[in-house]
Amino acid sequence: MIKNPFKRKKNNEAQEQTQTVPEESVNSANSPDTVEIPPEKPGTQSFRQTDSSVDAERNWFGRLKAGLSKTRSQLIGQIGSLLRSGNRIDEDLLDEIEAILIQADVGVNTTAKLMNNVRETVNGKGLKHPSELEEILKGEILNVLGESEAGIDVEGRRPYAILILGVNGSGKTTTIGKLAHRFKSEEKRVLVAAGDTFRAAAEDQLAIWCNRTGSELIRGSHGSDPASVVFDAVQAAKARQVDVLLVDTAGRLHTKKPLMDQLSKIGRVMSRGLPDAPHEVLLVIDGTAGQNAIMQAKTFNETVPVTGVAVTKLDGTAKGGIVIAVKEEIGAPVKLIGIGEKLDDLRDFVPRDFVDALFAHEAI
Amino acid sequence: MFESLTEKLQGTFKKLSGRGKLTEKNVSDALREVRFALLEADVNYKIVRDFINDVKVKALGQEVLGSLTPELQIAKIFGDELTKLMGTEVEKVKIASSGPTIIMMVGLQGSGKTTAAAKIALQYRADGRQPLLVAADIYRPAAIKQLQMLGEEIDVPVFSMGTEVSPVNIVQAAVKSAVSLAQNFVIVDTAGRLHVDEELMEELRSIKSAVSPTEILLVVDAMTGQDAVNIAENFNTDLDIDGVILSKLDGDARGGAALSIRAVIQKPIKFVGVGEKVSLTTLEEFHPDRMASRILGQGDFSTLLERAESVFSEDQAKELERKLTDKQGLDFEDLLIQIEQIKKMGPLDQLIEMIPGANNLPMKGIQADESQLKYAKAIVQSMTPQERRNARILNHSRRLRIANGSGTSVRQVNQLVEQLKLMNRMVKQHTGLEMPQLAARQIGKRPKGMQKRKKRKRR
Repeated sequence: MIKNPFKRKKNNEAQEQTQTVPEESVNSANSPDTVEIPPEKPGTQSFRQTDSSVDAERNWFGRLKAGLSKTRSQLIGQIGSLLRSGNRIDEDLLDEIEAILIQADVGVNTTAKLMNNVRETVNGKGLKHPSELEEILKGEILNVLGESEAGIDVEGRRPYAILILGVNGSGKTTTIGKLAHRFKSEEKRVLVAAGDTFRAAAEDQLAIWCNRTGSELIRGSHGSDPASVVFDAVQAAKARQVDVLLVDTAGRLHTKKPLMDQLSKIGRVMSRGLPDAPHEVLLVIDGTAGQNAIMQAKTFNETVPVTGVAVTKLDGTAKGGIVIAVKEEIGAPVKLIGIGEKLDDLRDFVPRDFVDALFAHEAI
Repeated sequence: MFESLTEKLQGTFKKLSGRGKLTEKNVSDALREVRFALLEADVNYKIVRDFINDVKVKALGQEVLGSLTPELQIAKIFGDELTKLMGTEVEKVKIASSGPTIIMMVGLQGSGKTTAAAKIALQYRADGRQPLLVAADIYRPAAIKQLQMLGEEIDVPVFSMGTEVSPVNIVQAAVKSAVSLAQNFVIVDTAGRLHVDEELMEELRSIKSAVSPTEILLVVDAMTGQDAVNIAENFNTDLDIDGVILSKLDGDARGGAALSIRAVIQKPIKFVGVGEKVSLTTLEEFHPDRMASRILGQGDFSTLLERAESVFSEDQAKELERKLTDKQGLDFEDLLIQIEQIKKMGPLDQLIEMIPGANNLPMKGIQADESQLKYAKAIVQSMTPQERRNARILNHSRRLRIANGSGTSVRQVNQLVEQLKLMNRMVKQHTGLEMPQLAARQIGKRPKGMQKRKKRKRR
């Protein structure tokens, strides 16, 4: 009854981004399922893909553009061609822009707010030509996202404790793997707490990541109290004088009160062992998520105040509009985005670059 | 699960009904709000547009405008259209006519394939089949281990060949092994992948052509946004999937993805996942009509009854009825039985959600706390048989002993005793009518005694 509104897109970027996956798998095959990780084993860096260092040279703007190519072609690609094809600004044009934003998961409320501001500017300045709209729209989105870059700075606290939370399947463990890789490449000593004692083999998954990145791991027995694992990890982090402590937690739906209580307990345990910890509370949100991500962000934020957001799976598939909506709703800045399967495909979020990449005109 | 949407729609319809007579203008206004509600529920933009147009055309028809209860008419149109959009039939998984049934699970990373695979295995074993889980995700760290642990938990064999054999070979070998071991229900857990990832999609096509699965099921996260249609469309184009499993529907995601996917690819949603634990109650069949009535705030009483029927035996219901009409009232033994049965029916918050009208009750804000049941059970189990039957003998020293024995506090023991009193008082006030009636409905049969009493009262 209804035709699929979207054309299927195949592009080379998608292939390029994922071709290393089988390679990784071979490596993970080499590591046994249960690993005890000796601290600081130099040889463990061998998993790194040979081409990752080359990619690292490419500026991340290019990678982001590549990662967002699908988003772009759908979201602003449409807006771009819309603006180029139209010859005057009228309600129909504004309605169409609105529709495109909603389809990019920006959300009804945020879209309405953005468009109201755009309308005001258009009327106030008496703008007539569609080409003038692009800068205004960019400006409005940047207004929400904030101009300045908000990365994670682990200097100044030792250990710097980062608590990672999110709903099931959002990508917490993979994000931790990528974060551990980042800090290790900055010559930091990293300790990971396997706070997901619930999901089957979650600790083993983390152990493999630790093995790949040469990070240390504290784990309890499966099914044990996560708060006690975290407590042990905090003590170990202090005793071993590590630079960064990454705390994994089990995925939980924000509607489950007992599980959210457990989360705030983990937060309390951390601050008991380490005053002013957690120094960073990172909420991981699936980039393909829709408006529910707003409720997630709100509820997690009420449980443990969120200091930053990591948006995953922004490559190939997601439209990323939820980035704008979440920032608008809880105010915590988006700090990291996952734009691919490789270890260094976790990037600092730079609002200006993000918006530029979204609006870039040329084909990649 | 659909609370917020339901609230909005009820609000909209209330507005309609307050006006007495419908005009084209107020139908349009109401539908505008419905449009926003659907968009906020992540129903795809284009589907919302078409849907609203369809409803509008029907709602402005003569019958509705002329009817005495236009808001009910519109609610009905709305429900019918929603149901139509989601399919009207309950569609089950096909069973192979010869050889093992092979189910292949596909989907994005983190959508819930592995958990859903284990739940399906459990469900079909309960149906008398011999399931085999196949670990074909050689990419994600510890994915095989995860499936093995789940398999162990539910006592279903897991076939794996490590991470160095290609998934195609693993699946072929698994099917061969299943045939030789007379395992007739093979569930293949594949790696999560993006739908734009050509290389990995090719791998799925190879598996498909190698073993010709009976069904390919796409697992989609209920929290997915506007992109759900693209995901479904891409997987469907590549693999011609047979159905969809909507996972994580136990959160407050409004699950608009369900509507979108069904409308775009015209493939049925066969199961919904409603919990992270692998059990018989956390994977439900998808009933389009129930879902539609849920959106309209009419509750999902049929599921509740089905669950109750599966855990309450007729004898238990009779016994309960006898106790309730008895002067003594309920004792702690009964409470213990009740707790066990409620626990068997599934997570409490889900049960509350299914009660028709629960969204409007003060109950809505209450978090069903499973751990309270656990405490209550521990307290009762720390009582002597005499204490369980007669709450009056519970003096302070007994209560202290019970609290210590159950690892709770005297306060908690007092609370439970009070709760039992309250229950009995309520039962008496309602002349034993409501409780047995509910119990009777739960076994689908009204006890004779109750019927008589009710009739007498009416006279």
